[in-house]
Amino acid sequence: MSASIEKGINALKRQVDSTVAAFFSSCVHCGLCAEACLFYTETGDPKRTPINKAEPLRRIWKSEFTLMGRLGKMLGLTKKVDDKFLEEWQELVYDSCTMCGRCSMVCPVGNDIALMIRKTREGMAAAGQAPEGLIGATTRAVTIGSPMGVKWPALRAQIRHVEEDTGLKVPVDVEGVEYMLLLSSMEIMNFPEFIEAVAKIFDKAGVTWTISSEAFEATNSGIQIGVSDIAAELVQRIVDVAEKLKVKTVISPECGHAYTAIRWDGPNLVGKAFNFKVRHILEVLDELRKDGRLKMASKESQKLTYHDPCQISRRGGVVDEPRNLIDIVSDDFVEMPDTGKMNWCCGAGGGVSANERADEIRLKVFERKKAQIDAVKPDAIISACSNCRIHLEDGLEEYNMDIPLLSLTETLAEHLADD
Amino acid sequence: MKKDLSIKKAVPEKGTLGEALSSQGVSRRSFMKFCATTASMMALPPSMIPMIARAMENARRPSVIWLSFQECTGCTESLTRAHTSTIESLIFDSISLDYHHTLQAAAGSAAEAAREAAMEENFGNYLLVVDGSIPLGNPGYSTIAGISNLDMLTETAKGAAAIIAVGTCATYGGIPHANPNPTGAVSVKDIITDKPIINVPGCPPIPVVITGVLAHYLTFGSLPDLDHIGRPKAFYGQSIHDRCYRRPFYDKGQFAETFDDEGAKKGWCLYKLGCKGPTTYNACATTKWNNGTSFPIESGHPCIGCSEPDFWDGGGFYKALSMPTENLSQTAVYAAAGAAAAGAVIGAMNRGKKNTSNKIHVKTTIEDLNK
Amino acid sequence: MTEIELLSWARGPGLQIATVIFVAGVVIRIFEILVLGRKANLAEAKGSEMSSGLRTAVARTIPDRTTFRRSSVTIVSGYIFHIGLFVICFFSAPHILFLKDIIGFGWPSLPTPVIDAFAVVTIIAMIATLVNRLTNKVMRYLTNFEDLLTWFVTFLPVITGYIAFHRIGFTAPSLLAIHILSVELLLIVFPFTKLMHAFTLFIARWYNGAISGYKGVAS
Repeated sequence: MSASIEKGINALKRQVDSTVAAFFSSCVHCGLCAEACLFYTETGDPKRTPINKAEPLRRIWKSEFTLMGRLGKMLGLTKKVDDKFLEEWQELVYDSCTMCGRCSMVCPVGNDIALMIRKTREGMAAAGQAPEGLIGATTRAVTIGSPMGVKWPALRAQIRHVEEDTGLKVPVDVEGVEYMLLLSSMEIMNFPEFIEAVAKIFDKAGVTWTISSEAFEATNSGIQIGVSDIAAELVQRIVDVAEKLKVKTVISPECGHAYTAIRWDGPNLVGKAFNFKVRHILEVLDELRKDGRLKMASKESQKLTYHDPCQISRRGGVVDEPRNLIDIVSDDFVEMPDTGKMNWCCGAGGGVSANERADEIRLKVFERKKAQIDAVKPDAIISACSNCRIHLEDGLEEYNMDIPLLSLTETLAEHLADD
Repeated sequence: MKKDLSIKKAVPEKGTLGEALSSQGVSRRSFMKFCATTASMMALPPSMIPMIARAMENARRPSVIWLSFQECTGCTESLTRAHTSTIESLIFDSISLDYHHTLQAAAGSAAEAAREAAMEENFGNYLLVVDGSIPLGNPGYSTIAGISNLDMLTETAKGAAAIIAVGTCATYGGIPHANPNPTGAVSVKDIITDKPIINVPGCPPIPVVITGVLAHYLTFGSLPDLDHIGRPKAFYGQSIHDRCYRRPFYDKGQFAETFDDEGAKKGWCLYKLGCKGPTTYNACATTKWNNGTSFPIESGHPCIGCSEPDFWDGGGFYKALSMPTENLSQTAVYAAAGAAAAGAVIGAMNRGKKNTSNKIHVKTTIEDLNK
Repeated sequence: MTEIELLSWARGPGLQIATVIFVAGVVIRIFEILVLGRKANLAEAKGSEMSSGLRTAVARTIPDRTTFRRSSVTIVSGYIFHIGLFVICFFSAPHILFLKDIIGFGWPSLPTPVIDAFAVVTIIAMIATLVNRLTNKVMRYLTNFEDLLTWFVTFLPVITGYIAFHRIGFTAPSLLAIHILSVELLLIVFPFTKLMHAFTLFIARWYNGAISGYKGVAS
């Protein structure tokens, strides 16, 4: 069993539906999508125009699902989809796109180009054209349970630290609670303060929750590499434990694509609606705020701005919640120019940060974010995705900018009222 | 044959026009008025009026043979619609009309004899005027004295100095030529290719246009400037639309929608009632009819485009130029219905293809990620 | 063939052929798109698909500020010629009559000097879009034969209509026939090209709005 061009083409065929057909039928080559994509604006290379990245999918749609395309195919007039072509496109589909969806917001004819690129990845991966770094991360995710190779003992160790530091208990494998918290490997390894923050807030709010030792990983490499079958397998693990533990709601942590994977793609991947809810941690915290169960004792004094993680904000629907939460913990908050659902991508999502080959371009496109930050000149940047956080820290360091990246959850925990 | 001079007018046959006019009691002033009118019609400068006068005065009244084929006699009627002695009728005094079915006194073999005599006497110099189309389908469709139109035309054209085709039938085939053209009617220019031809179309043409062309030929002995289909530019150089007095209403967007609505009563543009003014070249809007009394549009009827070839098949007199001539909505409905069926089939094929690709899909595992 | 014969053919059989190809082509292509369908969404909805879809179908017409600043030439020239085409096609008296013949009702027209002015502006804007397409880095990369063909068959009716109205060059019946024939060319080419966006963009925008609206984002 191995990848092949036939599998790739078949995968692309499976991805064509009425949305894809409507989108490709409507594209008028206006180029507006390029101006919305930081991979074009910061490199000036027109082949990084978003709609161009979806060319493999377009060729299959045209030659297989349109009358004229089929006739053309019979006459040998179609553009080929072969290994050489897909190899050329690999860099465009994986290194130069985070599936941030900004292009989908500006296309005048309404194309969801990010969706089309996501679908294109299905064909690329099945044809063996996914980048090595992503294949490695996905393999680890499937075999070990985490793309970074984090196993339960590592998490248990972090949990121990949190319990020691806070004096609170972090419930593990508890049945019948309201919430089951997922965690991204990035958080576990680099930002374990997040676990502490959640523990504190939930304790104060009187929320019943747990972490599963069997399936705790939020990051879904299947979504990033673009293989629905693998993504489904990873989601199923979460579904299994959520049902086993009979939780009411599964919480997606501060990680971008994890939210997309479990909240919006999840049920469609496994083919069944969930019998539990899925919420982002910010949605849960905002509910607590509305209920009066999240009170602040103090506020941040520094000037803050918010970086919207694309998969949470624009592609996720969690736009207002972070702002409601920042409102209770800050009096000095300013939005970036182009904010909310139109905020610019950090440049590292969608598998780009797992792809070493893309390191250089990833840093290059940070300049778009830098321009936004320069316009605001904040003392600190708040966000809600650890992948964004790590990459932004990289970028800021590259440019010698001394601006700390804060997690919104952690910041709320920091100022949590004692009673 | 030569003895049958009674068919000619009571004028010395070799006399000049000047002599003819004075003998008829036409004053010099009337004559000069005619020349001035002619000059202005031809857009010639006033300085040419004396030249026209001198030329016509001294013109040896040339022989004119008028052949009428498949026609309704409307062109002759138009020319002779003189309630009083009008200027147009003067033209008859400057020519020697040796043969004309309607106007001649003779009939039968005497008439044909007069024609042949005039042809022989003036061979190479006579003017041939033709109205009516020529049937090629069967010579029997239209004959004169047993001679088919085609034969008579080719025969008579041999000695003609020039041919003036009068009326849309002679110039472009006219109503006999209209769909389905059962007689195989054609125009003069379709048959005669070796003689200069002036086309004076119209159904009928405006009288002064006919006489103006004749006058030009008599004065200058040459054809006036003709457009790409042989019409004198002096009279057919502008479209009705560009000279129509109702044009401002067209531009403002004020149209009569029916023949008796407010707009019609107010004299608004008749475009919506099918006016062919925009695609018709003639002098109606400026010269008008009946000595400048009126013209169809002024009387409230849209122009039917009668000076253009194939105007009878131009899509209906009451259908506006921008409207399709066929029932497009019906066509569209049938096309949509057929396409819906085809679309359903093609759509089903699309889904079939997807189902197949779903069926042959084997779950992708991490082993399948590498080639 | 005489001029009037050519004009009558253009108004008669020519239009019929063009209508059949246009209508059949558009219907088939829309069926091709819609019959493919899409899978039902099993995730818990945060917002409404239908209202969001309808909203985006209309609201996507308005670009956001940053995009406008970055692509102002493309957007402005594009809008000018689209609006120009719309006004010329639907508010010039002869065109309204044409449509009235097909759909059974008409509406008031704009004075011809106004239409004339719109035609001039549209012609200039269309030339600007062509120049932009050939000079803008991104557009140049994306542009293929179809882009140029569609520009041409769209431009032709405008310029021939203008020429026919002003009777420049040939005689009126020929100019009008050429104009009508150029429209027939446009109609015939239409369903095979991106010109279909005139219809499909509403479908695409609806899907876009629906997908986002499901997640509670206004797109």
